[in-house]
Amino acid sequence: MTSTQTTSAPTDTGREITYSEAIREAIGQAMEADERVFMLGEDIGIYGGAFGVSGDLYHRFGAERIRDTPISELGIVGAAVGAALAGMRPIVEIQFSDFTNQAMDQIVNQAAKIHFMLGGAATVPMVLRAPLGSGTGAAAQHSQSLEAWFAHVPGLKVVMPSSAADAKGLLLSAIDDPNPVIVLEHKLLYRTSGPVPEEAVRVPLGKTNVVRRGSDLTIVATGVMVSRSLEAAGILADEGVDVSVIDPRTLSPLDDAPILEDVGRTGRVLLVQEAPGHGGFTAEIAARITESPTIYRLLAPVKRLSGLNAPIPYAPQLETASVPQVADIVDQALTIMKES
Amino acid sequence: MTDAPMATAEAARHALHTMWSIRRFEEAVDDLFARGLMHGTMHLSIGQEASATGVCMALRPDDAITSTHRGHGHCIGKGADLTRMMAELLAKETGYCRGRGGSMHIADVATGNLGANGIVAGGIPIATGAALAYRMRGEDRVVACFFGDGATNEGAFHEAVNLAAIWKLPVVFVCENNKYGMSFSTEKSMAVENIADRAAAYGIPGVTVDGNDVSAVYEATRTAVDRARAGEGPTLVENLTYRWKGHSKSDKNLYRTKEEISEWRALDPILRFEHDLKESGLLSEEDIQGIRTQAMEEMRDAVRTANSAPDADPSDLLDAVFAPV
Repeated sequence: MTSTQTTSAPTDTGREITYSEAIREAIGQAMEADERVFMLGEDIGIYGGAFGVSGDLYHRFGAERIRDTPISELGIVGAAVGAALAGMRPIVEIQFSDFTNQAMDQIVNQAAKIHFMLGGAATVPMVLRAPLGSGTGAAAQHSQSLEAWFAHVPGLKVVMPSSAADAKGLLLSAIDDPNPVIVLEHKLLYRTSGPVPEEAVRVPLGKTNVVRRGSDLTIVATGVMVSRSLEAAGILADEGVDVSVIDPRTLSPLDDAPILEDVGRTGRVLLVQEAPGHGGFTAEIAARITESPTIYRLLAPVKRLSGLNAPIPYAPQLETASVPQVADIVDQALTIMKES
Repeated sequence: MTDAPMATAEAARHALHTMWSIRRFEEAVDDLFARGLMHGTMHLSIGQEASATGVCMALRPDDAITSTHRGHGHCIGKGADLTRMMAELLAKETGYCRGRGGSMHIADVATGNLGANGIVAGGIPIATGAALAYRMRGEDRVVACFFGDGATNEGAFHEAVNLAAIWKLPVVFVCENNKYGMSFSTEKSMAVENIADRAAAYGIPGVTVDGNDVSAVYEATRTAVDRARAGEGPTLVENLTYRWKGHSKSDKNLYRTKEEISEWRALDPILRFEHDLKESGLLSEEDIQGIRTQAMEEMRDAVRTANSAPDADPSDLLDAVFAPV
């Protein structure tokens, strides 16, 4: 695993907890503050969640509000849509984001569109949390990064927290939001730690985070690629290359201004994602850069570093080779520097 | 509602008026479409009026429904305003969805209609979720979930009915079995005889009803609603009925015979109810004529008023993609 890192979220005590604990803390605080908030999903009760995220919430809040379900993703998400329409604030946990495929009708055709189709007469304030990404040896059906699918659907907000503080703060904002919000957590981040405020501090949705400010090159990354990019930034600094690392955090709606501003300043950009490149989310960022006057400030072509256009394989050496690693980011950054 | 609504003149008047309103609304829509005055597509429920009416009469005003692509009748049955419905179909700013929904997504949240649905079986898990919300808040409200026979072959049906059954949620699952999922008959699509048989798989009661008999539909739904409100869980009510018109506007009716259609037309649920009312003496011929005239005039009014409303406005088209935070 890569190193931990901080974000712009305020911290008072410097207390460090894991990404997983931060999510649990957010859910617990939201449930204490608002009785409309409840959780439903597979094995979230006594079992504590497939990745241990719900933990002891069942013992604190009981079986009604930490609601174990049968294995039926479509039914679970649909029930959350209906409960949200009827005034509750459900948080759905899907065990692996790959399984959202089972529930796509309710996510894409129902949750995302109801507010619009009814001319604004109803809202669907639900949160769907799901772990994404590779790195656990779980192979092709448990390791995908499908964020671009969700970001492509009007009416869904899509969040990818890359630190413990963001995991808590963005989730609290997602629960407050009157719209359906997809929160894509990275499996490899669950056990990483970082400073997280004890209070229920919100990180606003739709606010890009400039994690590190540099002068030579802008790296835009999401999920676990943020910490890999920060590690690469440290190595690049030793090579005399000073890079910015920017994490959009919310993919939809996208706050592109800080990205355009920073790329305009450095003149070089490397877009990093774990997902396959073809049709990927970084293509959207690349397009925003080339559609804006920022294009005239570029000293080098826009570069993307993505996962291979292939399913995630099982063998560890194959899996590692399928998605960008720290060394790949360093290499790409140095190539851009040389070519400009 | 009273315990036996069809036994009082007031309830009978309401039921007949509702059924005629549905029939006249859909005839008007059919006509406007045929004359090129309405665009898109639509799915008419002419012939199925007893189902929407009988079910909705068994509900309280604060109970909810979810509806289908063939949902005009459900919307009217639950108490929606005909003018705003017509305005929606005529692409007007005053329509229920400001022109963003149309026939397949029409809803009136104020009267408890949580939405029609263009996806077969899409509304079934949503009904389960709304019932879950009521139960969690300790409210004794019930959700009636309408769907067609075709929906019971979708996974969403099985997942949602199972969830409602294990949690004993206050839902009445109302299958309007009109014998065809588009062109595919129930004989071909199911190996069981009745959709109600499927209730056994979830450990809930299933009942097959003559869906063209508004009183029978009411009675069966009422029993299911009482059971749901008492915390005893869901029921699957199967209303056997028939759509006189094609599946949608593109249907050439090649999969069923003229004889079959005319046999079912002879079982017109509205004329049958009128006949029963006259037999029992609950309403007179004059009462019935008065209700017919009233429904026709209200429909003409709705079309006239809706037609003169401003068109849906593209200038603020994006304003409802996201609800404001």
